[in-house]
Amino acid sequence: MSRVLDMLRGDTQADRVVPPTGYSARLTVFTAAAMAFLAVFALALSLAAGRLADRWSDALARSSTIRISAPVAELEAQTWAVLTVLEQTPGVDSARALSDEEQRALLTPWFGPDLPVESLPIPRLIEVIETSEGYDAEGLRQRLSAEAPGAVLDDHTRWRRPLVEAATRLRLLGWVSLALILSATAAMIILAAQSALAANEQVIRVLRLVGALDRYIARAFVRRFTLRALMGATVGAVVATVAVALLPRAADEGAFLTGLGFAGWSWLWPLVVPVLAAIIAYLATRFAALRTLKGLQ
Amino acid sequence: MTMARKGKGAGVIELRNAAYGYGQQPLLADMSLQLAPGSFHFLTGPSGAGKTTFLKLCYAELLPTGGNVTLFGKDATTMTRDDIAAARQKIGVVHQDCQFLDHLPVTENIALPLTVTGRDGTDQQANLSELIGWVGLSSRANAKPPELSGGERQRAALARAIIMDPAVILADEPTGNVDWDMSLRLLTLLVELNRLGKTILIATHDLGLIRAAKQQVPARVLRIGGGRLQAAGADL
Ligand SMILES: Nc1ncnc2c1ncn2[C@@H]1O[C@H](COP(=O)(O)OP(=O)(O)O)[C@@H](O)[C@H]1O
Ligand SMILES: [Mg+2]
Repeated sequence: MSRVLDMLRGDTQADRVVPPTGYSARLTVFTAAAMAFLAVFALALSLAAGRLADRWSDALARSSTIRISAPVAELEAQTWAVLTVLEQTPGVDSARALSDEEQRALLTPWFGPDLPVESLPIPRLIEVIETSEGYDAEGLRQRLSAEAPGAVLDDHTRWRRPLVEAATRLRLLGWVSLALILSATAAMIILAAQSALAANEQVIRVLRLVGALDRYIARAFVRRFTLRALMGATVGAVVATVAVALLPRAADEGAFLTGLGFAGWSWLWPLVVPVLAAIIAYLATRFAALRTLKGLQ
Repeated sequence: MTMARKGKGAGVIELRNAAYGYGQQPLLADMSLQLAPGSFHFLTGPSGAGKTTFLKLCYAELLPTGGNVTLFGKDATTMTRDDIAAARQKIGVVHQDCQFLDHLPVTENIALPLTVTGRDGTDQQANLSELIGWVGLSSRANAKPPELSGGERQRAALARAIIMDPAVILADEPTGNVDWDMSLRLLTLLVELNRLGKTILIATHDLGLIRAAKQQVPARVLRIGGGRLQAAGADL
């Protein structure tokens, strides 16, 4: 830590012995800014996809519903038939007919509290909880149509599961993109540092001749590139964060894109990007410098 | 280890049957020399004989292709890069082509060995300006090396070579571009440093300079010719 501080505080003399590396330094600032911008978006994508996946998989909770619409006289018999079928169906953990009170509670928002459920031809609802393996929905449907013609399986897990999978995959892709962006940043900074080192070969030779250690020479370059990367990445990350903040908000419930933004504490994540860029620049330049110096006599 | 070698009477820089060739052609062969602490040597020989190459072996800019070279008791071939840097901090070199950083003013070039070793504190500033005055460059202190005359460059190079108070001074044609008066002044400085115990090796083809020096110090004169190192004739 104190070494990092030392490096940032710097040694103006050491900075002067290596002439300004204008071109490669400007390239580093630009690269770091562009990469930080992309990294913040990848981060936002990953976090948003993660939230989406969590929400949907919560909602799944492995439940589905069977609705039985039949003349009042047959309703009881068909309900029993359905429950019997479910008891024999592999992959069904439990099944239970909703009571009149529960059904009334479900309908209250639409029809008010005084609904005479008993006297109305309201379908009977059966809640099915599946095991983690799940059941064969098609097979169940066929057996239901044979045993209880009024029963309809409303299988919402079946369309939600692919969405959860897609969101999970999207989150993974976001993280992979982030990793790629960071590696590309490292590669570009190594190239820029190598070009700066090559351009200063004669300076490095003279420094070696007067007794400079490789570490000293490397530090002059490392400091420069680390500060440039930190500067560029800060600008890039700030611009990207503002851009994310200004994205149009989607309504939270049911919106497919739950807002590609950050939520709560995750607004702090973009702060990590410039720090990461500086660490990468530090390691990349150090690697390039020490390697190049070893190659020089 | 260093003590043991010194105990055997070894030199601060020592060549044992050292050989060197650029590419396939051998240039120097069978070079043996001990620079005993406090000794004063001249190295002479015609242009192209290999004087500069010989000096480069002495500060490990080149590694011998045969035999071996030891610096302060360490074999140059097996020294790490940090070892070599540390040895160079104890060897002041006046390079024939000076080796300045053209983007820095003369003062900073002269102070460069202090800068890179972190010894550029304020207590060194007095020494620095005294030394710059001594080599007659006070009025040129802020000039960049390309703006200096040949003689000024050589004086600046000598100043840089001694700023670290090194144990050994290797000077490659240090008076090549300066007039006779200045040559004698520089020589006097080197003789003075030798009296303070510094080990000195000067490569020069200026026989007048060698004769002038021999009036002041018991210097040994060596000659490179035909790729070999011999003691010079009695006329020197
Ligand atoms: N870097 C090099 N590559 C190839 N040949 C070189 C190199 N440096 C010097 N030489 C050759 O080696 C010979 C000796 O050079 P040098 O040591 O500079 O001699 P001196 O200093 O005695 O004039 C010369 O023929 C020169 O051309
Ligand atoms: Mg020469």
